[in-house]
Amino acid sequence: MNKILLIIKREYLTRVKKKSFLVMTLVGPVLMAALILAPVWISTLGDDNNKDIVVIDKTNIYEDVIKDSETLHFKFINMDYEDLKANFESFNYHAVLLISEDESEFTLYSNKQVEPGVGSHIEKQIEKYKELQNLEKLGVNKSQLDSAKVDINISTIKWTEEGEEKTSPVLAQIIGFIAAIIIYMFIFMYGVQVMRGVIEEKSSRIVEVIISSVKPFQLMTGKIFGVALVALTQFLLWIILTFSIIFAVQTFMPGIEQDIAQNSVQMEQMGGNNIIAEILPALMNYNWTMLLSVFVFFFIGGYLLYSSLFAAIGAAVDNETDTQQFMLPVTIPLILAFVVAQTIVQNPSGSLAFWFSIIPFTSPIIMPVRVAMEAAPLWEILLSSATLILSFLGTVWLASKIYRVGILMYGKKTSYKELWKWIRY
Amino acid sequence: MEILQTKNVIKKFGKFTALSGVNINVEEAKIFGLLGPNGAGKTTLIRIINQITAPDAGEVFLFGEKLKPEHISQIGYLPEERGLYKKMEVGEQALYFAQLKGMKKSDAQSELKKWFTKFEIQGWWHKKVEELSKGMQQKIQFITTIVHRPKLLIFDEPFSGFDPINAELLKQEILELKNNGSTIIFSTHNMESVEQICDNIALINKSEKILDGKVDDIKQKFKSNIFEITFNGHFDKMNASLSASYEILLVKEVKAQTNVQIRLLNGMTTNQLLNQMINFGNISSFKELIPSMHDVFIKAVTLAETKNDNLDTL
Repeated sequence: MNKILLIIKREYLTRVKKKSFLVMTLVGPVLMAALILAPVWISTLGDDNNKDIVVIDKTNIYEDVIKDSETLHFKFINMDYEDLKANFESFNYHAVLLISEDESEFTLYSNKQVEPGVGSHIEKQIEKYKELQNLEKLGVNKSQLDSAKVDINISTIKWTEEGEEKTSPVLAQIIGFIAAIIIYMFIFMYGVQVMRGVIEEKSSRIVEVIISSVKPFQLMTGKIFGVALVALTQFLLWIILTFSIIFAVQTFMPGIEQDIAQNSVQMEQMGGNNIIAEILPALMNYNWTMLLSVFVFFFIGGYLLYSSLFAAIGAAVDNETDTQQFMLPVTIPLILAFVVAQTIVQNPSGSLAFWFSIIPFTSPIIMPVRVAMEAAPLWEILLSSATLILSFLGTVWLASKIYRVGILMYGKKTSYKELWKWIRY
Repeated sequence: MEILQTKNVIKKFGKFTALSGVNINVEEAKIFGLLGPNGAGKTTLIRIINQITAPDAGEVFLFGEKLKPEHISQIGYLPEERGLYKKMEVGEQALYFAQLKGMKKSDAQSELKKWFTKFEIQGWWHKKVEELSKGMQQKIQFITTIVHRPKLLIFDEPFSGFDPINAELLKQEILELKNNGSTIIFSTHNMESVEQICDNIALINKSEKILDGKVDDIKQKFKSNIFEITFNGHFDKMNASLSASYEILLVKEVKAQTNVQIRLLNGMTTNQLLNQMINFGNISSFKELIPSMHDVFIKAVTLAETKNDNLDTL
């Protein structure tokens, strides 16, 4: 046992001290923080982007109808369309709105791509005005209409033991998918690190010295756990660093929070789906403890399952170029799970979701998605956990059989037939 | 006293037999040469002693006890194929190996310092292994093999990769370890070094032990009535009258002297020959040629291949 600890310590320290680990640890959170902050930043950019739009209104009735928005300013002028077109460059207008005399055609002209918001802004106001006109023709006046107006917002509430909670299906989707990405990435990255470590020991012949001191099984498990700790360290550092970057940005650029609030108010006024206003309380109410414990469990379980297989591959080959033929069957379920995860966020309770979250080779990725979306009943989580534990015990056992023979075999290219023989030794 | 015994050790890999009933006895504080052609089964036997692999049948006794996991710390093993972690610092790595052999960190540290001083390589402690030359790496590896003061040391081709000066240094070190009471199993193809340092040997060929014993005894056993004579006189006349009693292997004329190697035939004894020879001239030297270990190795292996039975009949 003491020797396993020694091996874990060495595997951990040599990896954590590497420059590449430091770089990954620092770059990761910057990227993640950028991913979170970029949309906010971009939306603040749009604010000072004022646009002037000239309107040639042949009917002369729309001057009161089309109102300025925060960034769009409308100028009603009496000018010939052809003249304007010829001199458009010199006026520095964003676009020209032409309203035909019979009010049948509304056209935006510009020498550049007109921004999508412009058209919809104009459309909405003209539609409203025309609806009102039509209603008045039918004998409904404005005050009657105003009193008849209803505004309904659907909010999703979940019953819990503590009371009621606001939730957000979109948020759950995002969290679930992020969990899937992280687990997929970490299993792959660190599984391959285990494999490389085994190949290094084998090809440099260190292994013979070490296994005259410890059992091959101890060496293999020591390596797997050592690398697991590196993965968890990196994951933890990422979380801490990401949040400190976001926190720092919020402190030093206090405007951003207001911008978010402003943006959401604006969106609400425009009648759009207010995702952010919906997410903020939901983020607070989210069941983080459940997700985090499931995440960590399936993260570790999935990692153990796959890294033991990667260790066996490393032991079976002489160098990294030979790994291809054995890598494929191991990586296919992993990639498949990741692809399926994108479907499952749409339908987390279907039978596809159920089976992929029970099968141990895909469950480490799929189950956290379903738990994030609160679509997996407790018995399914327990069943999936149990199959995962049993299977990684199985793969570790299988891998150790391949490993202890493989690490002492040099020079021969290993076939599947050979592996089968090693397992039965 | 015997420190290591293997009794009827058998090991098969599929249809291939690596060891078929090998018995060896290694005496305490002696250097035991484990010899044999490539692929004879030496490495398999060494791996079994190191508990890297288990024998299919047979038993191994160390210090009179059946081999058990605790024995690992009593054995130091320098494999033929050796290596170190390239990216790790020398000192850190040596500490790691010493601790894997069961040493306490503080003990390992002070012992390693001693050895580093002795080999005058203190300056390497914080260097990465990849910065060292191959010969330097071998030195580090040697130190990591012996630092935990094992009672039994196993060296597989220890001199490969060393220049003559360092090889000599290593040889002296090995002899000193022996004088301090360590028992050493020494596996090599270099017969010259066997003659220089081994007390006993076992020769393995195609999974079987075909020869073992004290180096001196074995050489005596393999001598075949060959004598070297330096002679001043009438060699032709001598040949004419005595040709039936010996076979000439080599004749050299050096100045006025004749130097011949002969093998005695037909039960002729040395005294009879000498009695006859003095009639033809002066004998300035007469000695029996003892075969080198090199000759013994080749002869034993060839005999085993052709006869395919035990050499004890010799």
